[in-house]
Amino acid sequence: MKKVIVGLGSCGIAAGAKDIYDQLQHIKSTDNLPMELDKTSCIGMCYLEPLVEVIDGKDSFLYGNVDKRKLKKIISQHIVEGAPIVDWVVNSNLFETNEKDFTQGQIKIALRNCGKINPENIAEYEAREGYAAAKRIAQKNIPPEAIVQDVIDSGIRGRGGGGFPTGIKWKFARNYESDDKYIICNADEGDPGAFMDRSILEGDPHAIVEGMILGAYAIGANHGVIYCRAEYPLAIERLQNAIEQAREKLYLGDNACGIKNFNFNIFIKEGAGAFVCGEETALIASVEGKRGMPRKRPPFPAESGLWQKPTNINNVETLANIPWIVLNGGRRYAQYGTEKSKGTKVFALTGKIKRGGLVEVPMGISINDIIFKLGGGIQLDRKFKAVQLGGPSGGCIPAELGDTKVDYDSVNSTGAIMGSGGMVVMDETTCMVDMARFFLDFTQKESCGKCTFCRIGTKRMLEILTRITEGKGEEGDIEKLEELAYQIKDSSLCGLGQTAPNPVLTTLKYFRAEYEAHIYDKKCPAKSCKELLKFEVIKELCNGCGVCARNCSVDAIKGDRKQPHFIVEEDCIRCGICFEKCKFDAINVQ
Amino acid sequence: MRIKRMDTIEAKEKANASADLTLLDPIIANYKGRKGNLIPLLQGVQQAYGYIPKAAFHKISAETGLQLNELYGVATFYAQFRLNPVGKNIIKVCHGTACHVQNAPAITTSLQDRLKITSGETTANLEFTLESVACLGCCSLAPVMMIGNKTFGKLNGKSASKAIDDIEKKNKNN
Repeated sequence: MKKVIVGLGSCGIAAGAKDIYDQLQHIKSTDNLPMELDKTSCIGMCYLEPLVEVIDGKDSFLYGNVDKRKLKKIISQHIVEGAPIVDWVVNSNLFETNEKDFTQGQIKIALRNCGKINPENIAEYEAREGYAAAKRIAQKNIPPEAIVQDVIDSGIRGRGGGGFPTGIKWKFARNYESDDKYIICNADEGDPGAFMDRSILEGDPHAIVEGMILGAYAIGANHGVIYCRAEYPLAIERLQNAIEQAREKLYLGDNACGIKNFNFNIFIKEGAGAFVCGEETALIASVEGKRGMPRKRPPFPAESGLWQKPTNINNVETLANIPWIVLNGGRRYAQYGTEKSKGTKVFALTGKIKRGGLVEVPMGISINDIIFKLGGGIQLDRKFKAVQLGGPSGGCIPAELGDTKVDYDSVNSTGAIMGSGGMVVMDETTCMVDMARFFLDFTQKESCGKCTFCRIGTKRMLEILTRITEGKGEEGDIEKLEELAYQIKDSSLCGLGQTAPNPVLTTLKYFRAEYEAHIYDKKCPAKSCKELLKFEVIKELCNGCGVCARNCSVDAIKGDRKQPHFIVEEDCIRCGICFEKCKFDAINVQ
Repeated sequence: MRIKRMDTIEAKEKANASADLTLLDPIIANYKGRKGNLIPLLQGVQQAYGYIPKAAFHKISAETGLQLNELYGVATFYAQFRLNPVGKNIIKVCHGTACHVQNAPAITTSLQDRLKITSGETTANLEFTLESVACLGCCSLAPVMMIGNKTFGKLNGKSASKAIDDIEKKNKNN
């Protein structure tokens, strides 16, 4: 009997996968189809959602961009008659497809189960070596120190962006004795444009639960807290379900996993929307129910954290790697990657890229390889301009530095940071000044207000940047931006302020000419800053097809059919849709 | 800092006054006396009312002993909490990085134009609230918006305002 699996992650559902699933369920029951229906989460090929996998014995056929029309044909030809529709298959074990570059070249450790199992079923996780590492501790009486050593050997560094060696962090936390000790999973993924953690939480929640169990055992913690952002309702639902299943199977509770005197439980705390809560001391304040403001360190959380007890905080992706590391040994993990950055890293590849999605690659791969080999290049074959790494704390790496290796140190040397894994690709139509303004707008809103330079400095920087993008830039603005940037970096308490100026500093470093064009020539070279643009119809090229007028959301384009149209300037909101939609290049942007 | 929201609190006091405060009792009973539960408590209140009415602050403070300033401080710190009534349909336009480079500002502009309100406001008939959010996590479908629990992807200004037309049409037919 064939098995049909639908990818039901948040992005799949948004693309319509739930409708496909419901339809399959309906057809299955009414037509008595000979198939088993199951669901999984994000497979990583977001650009091909909704995805439907048909498993026939040992062979697998993954269909991409499935809509109702395609589904009907897949059911009648493949599921009923047994003839796969090869043209629509995007991945299969039997033959190569056009998408092979996306799947080959990836090494899946953190994402090992994502898209492979039903995240709501603990048995499917167990069938893929789930909880095996935890059980082995009980069977072989492995001491906590050995687990810490394994993680140190693996060389894994904090995947939330900080890059601090996880094993060393655990060793610190282990050294403080206390009746109560906490391990916290930081699932407050706030970087706009990054969704690695969400995919893991939704696709493999048991990996997080097991990672926390192993971490708790290693450092001697008895309480676990998952701090998850409220914007991820599906992730919270699946985590809750995973925790309940783990409790039923005695992986959590007293003598958890059958390890004597190891009492451990996990609770979920929902965030309430504050980017600064990704910072560990702010996160702790938020779990305690206070305003999420960071505090001075030391004391570090390892000594005095949640409720003044020793606390260890790890990111979702870090914890998802832990069961694999403990099961396979730290040294095996360390085989991947570079000398100082071991293992693999998950990236959310988005922006103007052909194959947007989730990729897990070994550290040390070049940016160009990720964008052009895995990602298939730039949309519409435009020119690659820059890639943004590390979100609001990171920076833009220009196309000239595309050979940069993706590891903590090489990325830092460009002025950007590795960050949590958001990788936003930009083409020649993206304005770098606007990009810097966008991130400053974000950090300025999210600044908690504690440190003056972060609170007021980011506001002043945003004002200057906004002015520049509106064509009101003045001489001396660039110098003012630089001065403010360094002062904010030096005088802020936490990572948010210390890194907030990075998007401005990196764009100034690599795209200074673009700032100058805005300030002195009042021009936006990328033709993106609205206030600096003027849209006009080129009469000679316009054949009056009316596509622009139909797409204009404010009806600012007038003209008779088959006659050259014109744009009413006062009504035009300069959204650029006419330029995008015109097939005859008859819209001129200046 | 999101200072802007703080000066709009008095604006809708009339609506606040009519809120049924008995809805609060089970929520307070559930969280009272447990340390660190202020955020879940406020989340519960918001779920019941769609926002946190002014009168609710006073009642919570009186019954739990938590200081008013503490409650208000937390409620204004986190983006999730609203102090004003919201429309039946909450439109969340994603302004994450991926959506931004795919022209998300045009979506907001077009919706503002269509609904005659600015981002953060509610229409007079309490039908729509327009919001900008940081990231909905559907980056490959950018630009994206959510109305209620439904996600709309690969938008442009026209298709975004058409989604509003569809809802209004549906309302009329009912």
